[in-house]
Amino acid sequence: MNNKEQGKNLNQSGSGATAMRLRGIVRKEFLQIMRDPSSIAIAFLMPVLLLLLFGYGVSLDAEHVPVAVVVEHSSVHTASLTAKFSTSRYFEPVFITSLQEAKQALINHKVDGIIYLKSDFSRILKTGYEPAPIQVILNGVDSNTARLVSGYVQGIWATWIEELAREQGSRASMPVNLQHRIWFNSQVRSQNFLVPGLVAVIMTLIGALLTAMIVSREWERGTMEALMSTPVAIREILLGKIIPYFVLGMGGMLLTVALTVWLFDVPLRGSFWILVSTSALFLLTALGMGLFISTIARNQFIAGQAAIIVTFLPAFLLSGFIFDIESMPALVQAITHIIAARYFIMILQTVFLAGNVWSVIIPNAFALLVLAIIFLGLSRFKSYKRLD
Amino acid sequence: MWRRVIALIKKEFLALMKDKKSRLTIIIPPILQLLIFGYAATYDLERVRFAVYDEDRSHASRDLISRFSCSPTFHLVSHITRDEHIAPLIDNKNVLLIIRIGPQFSRDLLTGRGTDLQVIIDGRNSNTALIVLNYVRTILTDFNMDWMARHNWPTPPANLYIRSWYNENLESRWFIVPGIVGLLTLVVTMLVTALSVAREREQGTFDQLLVTPLRPFELLLGKALPGFIIGIVEATLIILIAMFWFDIPLRGNLLALYIGLVLFLLSAIGVGLMISSLALTQQQGLMGAFIFLVPSVILSGFTTPIANMPVLVQKLTLFNPLRYFMVVIRGVFLEEAPVTVLLDQYWPMALIGSITMLTAAWFFRHRTT
Repeated sequence: MNNKEQGKNLNQSGSGATAMRLRGIVRKEFLQIMRDPSSIAIAFLMPVLLLLLFGYGVSLDAEHVPVAVVVEHSSVHTASLTAKFSTSRYFEPVFITSLQEAKQALINHKVDGIIYLKSDFSRILKTGYEPAPIQVILNGVDSNTARLVSGYVQGIWATWIEELAREQGSRASMPVNLQHRIWFNSQVRSQNFLVPGLVAVIMTLIGALLTAMIVSREWERGTMEALMSTPVAIREILLGKIIPYFVLGMGGMLLTVALTVWLFDVPLRGSFWILVSTSALFLLTALGMGLFISTIARNQFIAGQAAIIVTFLPAFLLSGFIFDIESMPALVQAITHIIAARYFIMILQTVFLAGNVWSVIIPNAFALLVLAIIFLGLSRFKSYKRLD
Repeated sequence: MWRRVIALIKKEFLALMKDKKSRLTIIIPPILQLLIFGYAATYDLERVRFAVYDEDRSHASRDLISRFSCSPTFHLVSHITRDEHIAPLIDNKNVLLIIRIGPQFSRDLLTGRGTDLQVIIDGRNSNTALIVLNYVRTILTDFNMDWMARHNWPTPPANLYIRSWYNENLESRWFIVPGIVGLLTLVVTMLVTALSVAREREQGTFDQLLVTPLRPFELLLGKALPGFIIGIVEATLIILIAMFWFDIPLRGNLLALYIGLVLFLLSAIGVGLMISSLALTQQQGLMGAFIFLVPSVILSGFTTPIANMPVLVQKLTLFNPLRYFMVVIRGVFLEEAPVTVLLDQYWPMALIGSITMLTAAWFFRHRTT
């Protein structure tokens, strides 16, 4: 109680004293960081390593998909069709003579699909009374890849019958043909959206790790209480903790953004400064969340567990990084609103690929700001109360 | 020997369970996460917002549009009448898809010339864009088939008949939810084991353990078994929820699944204990757990296929126990994979498990401050 009063009195003694005390705390934290370089490694080295590993490793572009091609009776037409598979970058055809063997290969995961042209395929094709069947069997376990592959197969089929029709001098063979344009990413390169998303996932981890571990260590060792008995106000202690790690975190953040642009060739169509300022906001929420976790856990063991549980997996699965938020059930969508990464990923994907779309950037940046205030405010509130 | 090991196990459980917060972090989050992630993590799209730009306004164009607006996958947001409306709708994320039907649409169709349907898709998430494109293609194919049948259109020379094995309706959840079983099992065992030695090291009680009559092997057993028991119980619970709550079919046999689970737990606990025995402080232990956990989840084939990775990264995944367990659990759930087919997945986990366990046991004694 005494401490609190004293703290309040000192708070009122002007901003000069606050600045001085704050400077002292920040200096202490920086010294601590320098003495134990592990936090520098976390802030700089880890984001770069993780981004390198994941940026190359995480891809949804299925290319060179191994497929078994079974042609029971070959002809000019089967040759022109299978040639389409051989030249496509999406497929790696393996020619197998019997369907039985091909099925075995599918069961053993040697191939992901089977293209089967029965012995009467060319005969039916020539008579032209009915469509000749091209049978395709896919391994559907990985439904997303299976769906992509089935799209590629349909693409090949459509161009093939188009060419066939042209050869025979007949008109277009389908009533309506699909002409599609995919904006912002016409090459449909999944890295263009996954790598910016990874920046958010990785920085969530870094922010939470930096603060969660470090602050709870201070609680556990009792040095937090020692700090609190000094004239320094809680607000200043927390700020003093946030500032150095914010500086470190921004360093890591800029490094990952640089890698995204220059190494992974993700086009940056929006403004660099919007990127930097929204990154700063996001980092603040990530640090705030870490601070909050460590303030309520007050012990490294639980803080660490909580950091793993509430940061990484939600940022990975509930943020729109891979899975579309709008397709989730309403209740789960509501939960995603407290995931800071959700807003940041929306901003990143827009600023990188679409440009400065204010109607997307402003509401999401505002949400980040609100979350930062909530987390930091809650940490302060919680720290205060426990002292009584 | 067993008396000593059991005493140690009891002590470990006490350390884990005596604190209410710590008890809660082990039991509640995995179940909650399974429920939330099980619903959230799906590639299937629903209520895709789209706009229509119909310059034709004919019977045929309205028929085509209604096929979209009546489908539960799509949700018609607006009709637009000018080119300038297209860009803002997509930019501002009001819609994901715009369908444009040109003024000649029905005339070209009726004269038998064939026509185009233009679609514009927001590609900021290119995977979502491809899925939308696929849905559009399915609806358009239906429309084409009906039109051909009704208007004496010449049939195409060849038709595609695509079937999928194991997951006939290509439900994303069937792929993801078994994956979550592996994911959460790994997280729980890492949480339990990765800090267990490090915490004692930091508090100085590990040295006391070392001077007890416990032999290194018994110490290892005592440290490993609690994680193993918790892992088995929790995994079983999660598997039950996957089966009965999410209705994922379990087609294979339980023996194949549990051989895989035991070996997977062995390897996960091995890695956890190795990290823990190397760490001098809890912070290092936690960091190690994190550094192992995050890549092993992202590079396990859980969401993005290993086959899509560059060769070097694919080689790295060979050290990842979760990679093998993903194949086992999906294989048993969906493909009815027998033990013999899964042998190639079993032995690497067994190998990782034994090597890491032995390393951990060695470090128990040889790593000192």
